[in-house]
Amino acid sequence: MSDPQDLKELEERFSRAVAEAADEAALEEVRVRALGKKGEISRLMKGLGGLSPEERKTRGQALNALKGRISELIAARRRALKDAALEERLKTEFVDVTLPARPEARGAIHPVSHVWDEVVEIFADLGFSVAEGPHIETDWYNFEALNIPPEHPARQEHDTFYFHKREDGTRKVLRTHTSPVQIRTMEKSAPPIRIIAPGRTFRCDSDQTHTPMFHQVEALVIDEHTHMGHLKWTLEEFCKAFFETENVKMRFRASHFPFTEPSMEVDINCSWEGGQVKVGEGDDWLEILGSGMVHPNVIRAGGLDPDRHQGYAFGIGLDRLAMLKYGIPDLRAFFESDLRWLRHYGFRALDVPTLSGGLSA
Amino acid sequence: MKFTLRWLKEYLDTDASLDEIVDALNTIGLEVEEVKDPGAELKDFTVARILSAEKHPDADKLKVCRVETKDGEVQVVCGAPNARAGLVGVFAPPGTHVPGTGLDLKVAKVRGVESAGMMCSERELMISDDHEGIIELPEDTPIGLAAAKALGVDDPVIEIAITPNRPDALGVYGIARDLAARGLGELKPLRDDTFEGTFDSPIRVHLDFPDGDNTPCPHFVGRYFRGVKNGPSPEWLQRLLTAIGLRPISALVDITNFMTYAYNRPLHVFDADKVKGDIHVRPARAGERLLALDGREYELEEGMTVIADEAGPEALGGIIGGEHSGCTEETTDVFLEVAYFDPIRTAMTGRKLNIMTDARYRFERGVDPAFLHKAADLATQLILELCGGEASRIVEAGSPAVPPRDERTFTLRRDRVRTLGGIEVPFERQKEILEKLGFEVEETDGGLSAVAPTWRPDIHGEADLVEEIVRIVGLDEIPSAPMERPHAIARPVLTDLQKRMVRARRRLAERGLLEAVSYSFLPKRHAELFGGGARELELANPISTELSDMRPSLLPNLIAAAGRNVARGLSDVRLFEVGSIYLSDEPEGEKVVAGGIRRGFSGPRHWARARRAVDVFDAKADALAVLEAAGAPVSSLQIAQGNAPEWYHPGRSGLVTLGPKNVLAHFGEIHPRVLEAMGVKGPLVGFEVLLENIPAARRRGTARPALEASDLMPVKRDFAFVVDASVPAAKIVQAAKGADKTLISEVSVFDVFEGAKAESQLGEGKKSVAIEVTLQPRERTLTDEEIAAVADRIVEKVRKATGAELRG
Repeated sequence: MSDPQDLKELEERFSRAVAEAADEAALEEVRVRALGKKGEISRLMKGLGGLSPEERKTRGQALNALKGRISELIAARRRALKDAALEERLKTEFVDVTLPARPEARGAIHPVSHVWDEVVEIFADLGFSVAEGPHIETDWYNFEALNIPPEHPARQEHDTFYFHKREDGTRKVLRTHTSPVQIRTMEKSAPPIRIIAPGRTFRCDSDQTHTPMFHQVEALVIDEHTHMGHLKWTLEEFCKAFFETENVKMRFRASHFPFTEPSMEVDINCSWEGGQVKVGEGDDWLEILGSGMVHPNVIRAGGLDPDRHQGYAFGIGLDRLAMLKYGIPDLRAFFESDLRWLRHYGFRALDVPTLSGGLSA
Repeated sequence: MKFTLRWLKEYLDTDASLDEIVDALNTIGLEVEEVKDPGAELKDFTVARILSAEKHPDADKLKVCRVETKDGEVQVVCGAPNARAGLVGVFAPPGTHVPGTGLDLKVAKVRGVESAGMMCSERELMISDDHEGIIELPEDTPIGLAAAKALGVDDPVIEIAITPNRPDALGVYGIARDLAARGLGELKPLRDDTFEGTFDSPIRVHLDFPDGDNTPCPHFVGRYFRGVKNGPSPEWLQRLLTAIGLRPISALVDITNFMTYAYNRPLHVFDADKVKGDIHVRPARAGERLLALDGREYELEEGMTVIADEAGPEALGGIIGGEHSGCTEETTDVFLEVAYFDPIRTAMTGRKLNIMTDARYRFERGVDPAFLHKAADLATQLILELCGGEASRIVEAGSPAVPPRDERTFTLRRDRVRTLGGIEVPFERQKEILEKLGFEVEETDGGLSAVAPTWRPDIHGEADLVEEIVRIVGLDEIPSAPMERPHAIARPVLTDLQKRMVRARRRLAERGLLEAVSYSFLPKRHAELFGGGARELELANPISTELSDMRPSLLPNLIAAAGRNVARGLSDVRLFEVGSIYLSDEPEGEKVVAGGIRRGFSGPRHWARARRAVDVFDAKADALAVLEAAGAPVSSLQIAQGNAPEWYHPGRSGLVTLGPKNVLAHFGEIHPRVLEAMGVKGPLVGFEVLLENIPAARRRGTARPALEASDLMPVKRDFAFVVDASVPAAKIVQAAKGADKTLISEVSVFDVFEGAKAESQLGEGKKSVAIEVTLQPRERTLTDEEIAAVADRIVEKVRKATGAELRG
């Protein structure tokens, strides 16, 4: 039989063994020797049955306490060993984090599309919807309905692309401006009308500053009371919003377009520095758009009554807006699909223009 | 249109400065393109006198001159042969920029002798090409006077752009009239000398048009001059013409040019001795030819208006005169033509023969049809003054082509300037402006009635009257007026298709593709490779054969762009475009498409990831991504093999369809023959999504359906099927899905084993497709028996659909 002295000696021996266990396997062996079914402490516990109730109680408590302490020691040692092993493993798990991460291809939105979004965002706020029309137009929509009869000198200025004559003598044209959408819109919808019509336009012209295809945005308002003061206000507000500066100065000059009466051209102040134009500063003037009150003949051609309906129209070059706002020097490069150009002047997919977050994003 | 300030002031009595005039011109719609002020450019050049000229000690051809300038005496070394004591000429001090040489003068030693400035030739001042010697001025010219003034070249030249509606402003007098209306001075009346003439013109004029329809030339006024002397015109006239870029020729020709620019009144003068018989204005006959004053011979088309004598055409009406009857230095008898030619015919003839002259430019815009007699008198006066001789009585045919008064009479309502122009202009001012522009104005109950002057063919109604008033008042004066907002907070405006376009773009950019905007046209050979090239989509006047046809697909231009980028060393290309393709020349034939290509490798070389060549599944993923972004019902889409358009690789391409007929997209590897024809090396894959074919989403408000997420663990089971190699994987997946539509939440293909090795193991013509099926229990955990039952049904379904056997 053992006595408290034995238990003390037992505890010391196992404590030592736990402390000396070099790894988890050795520790497990110690645990089995002490606490396993046939371990020493378990054996002593089994021996309690032969004692008197009094002794059984005292010794039982001592043994239980001993068992608890040894278990605790083993658990602590196990944690320590695990930590050490992890430390050891982590020491070997080294990578060079300066190596490049897995690449993701970066796409881009073309400046013309981005400016399309910007212009739409601005005009949508004023209740303008976006209208469209075909690129291949009839003479009627591109010219005659817009008060440009055959042989009108203005036609010669349009450098029109023609398709072959058909059997009936007519021939289609590539629209030379977005203005045909004015007529198509009036035919389809009843006033009040507020639309913009951004899109491709074509002129048989190609040099340093001209490409045979370019983009315009047309605006048309038709109701019973819109006048030139509203036109001026719209253009002023648009330029401030689009160029993101309150300092824009504008100059309005009388001009002539067959489809507006009165007509005006609009200049915006700018400066030229190192070959780059900056809008909204400086004392030079740059012509940016043509505009006017829709000609009574055009309103009539659209199927409306010019004695009752009136309104304004204007047209701006979308590519030109992009060039001015973003300092893009060469129009021809817009359409060359050079990856370097697209990456440099393009916009990220997330740069969605909003009035709240800013248009250039 | 160019003119000089002094010329303008011949007709406009004004104190306005050059700057004020330029500003006013811009405001009223006569846009100033350029102002050249030679007085300012030559400000450093002044008049000086050579006091003495001695031979240079070390150079035979040089002279050392003492020169009296406005700043005292200086020494100048001069090489001009005419340099001599007493000569009054033009001096430039050191520091002067000499326009003719482009250099700045410095004090210099010439062969050891100091020279402090320069005596100048006309070429050095860029006023002529004369470099024979230095300028010689009259001896009494004051020393120190500005050279430009002394030389009479200090007259600023203004160039303005004239819009096609304003023929009247193609004459200086018309410009003066506009400025007077603006308030910049008073318009001077034209000289009103009239000439009766002393004899009958031996040449008569006949308008010979079929059926008496004189529309092409309704009015002709002529006059015969005898005994004229046609030498060079006087200096004032030569100077005016030179200043605006015209070459002085002879007095008679210069007078016609002067009339053209002063009054927008082109004239013609015939050498009367060379005119055979009378003058007939008539349609040209087939085969007639004219050697014109520009030295070219033109073959005339039947119906073009000619001025002919008995020998044949002597001039093309309103366009150009003929060489044969042109005036020369020897001309003594002259026939003056003052005629009105129809704008439309003039334009047509000029364009057909490709002749642009000052006359055509004006007649096709419209000269004043009531200004023939007056113009004849103004020209007569100049001819008699400059060339002497004697004038005949007028010969005349036809009558003024002036539209009737009532057709030129328009009403302007009292408040119309405000309601259309947006500005309050006092009624009296409105009247004054119109009157000064030449309208006859009468006040009426409702406003006024205005008769447009005969020189304003552009006035057709009330809006034109409003324009006249607001442009003269100045558009800058119109107060800005805010537009009403239709809603306090803006409503969305984009259509479904527009939203699809925007989303397709953003989605593809997000996937790493760069957006291109390429031309709508391409070379015919490219169009033909992609199903295009029809005659109705071929331009009649392309800019080049490389841009001859409308594109039938977005792919060819993107592929060509890929080729250009590869040639620059950018070999991995990812491009897309969202835009129109053209399947017919009708509006319905224009379709909005999102298309893209990938070429080369899927990404750059990377230490951790092997790169691979792009393949058809890249294009398929792009197409599906666009469809999803554009709102297509993704779960209902089907992929069809084997009937993609012919420009794809037949075995590596497919269609995305919705139902049996609606094709939403195609994708695939581009056919090797197409790539070869375009000279672009693959691998190259592409896709096009036909955005308009996506059905409109049915709107059921903004609420999403309730989320049905089960807390029960999903169960996954794998099946490997052996099937004929021709069986599409989609068929297996679809059959498996059909085995239990509520329980099976997902089926995916995780392995395909095919090819020679597979056939050796599985049997000839066989392949293995392995799928993972996910079962999502909804109410309670599945028992093993239930799972086994579903598995059996899956195997059975797939076997029935495809003949598949489970792989052993």
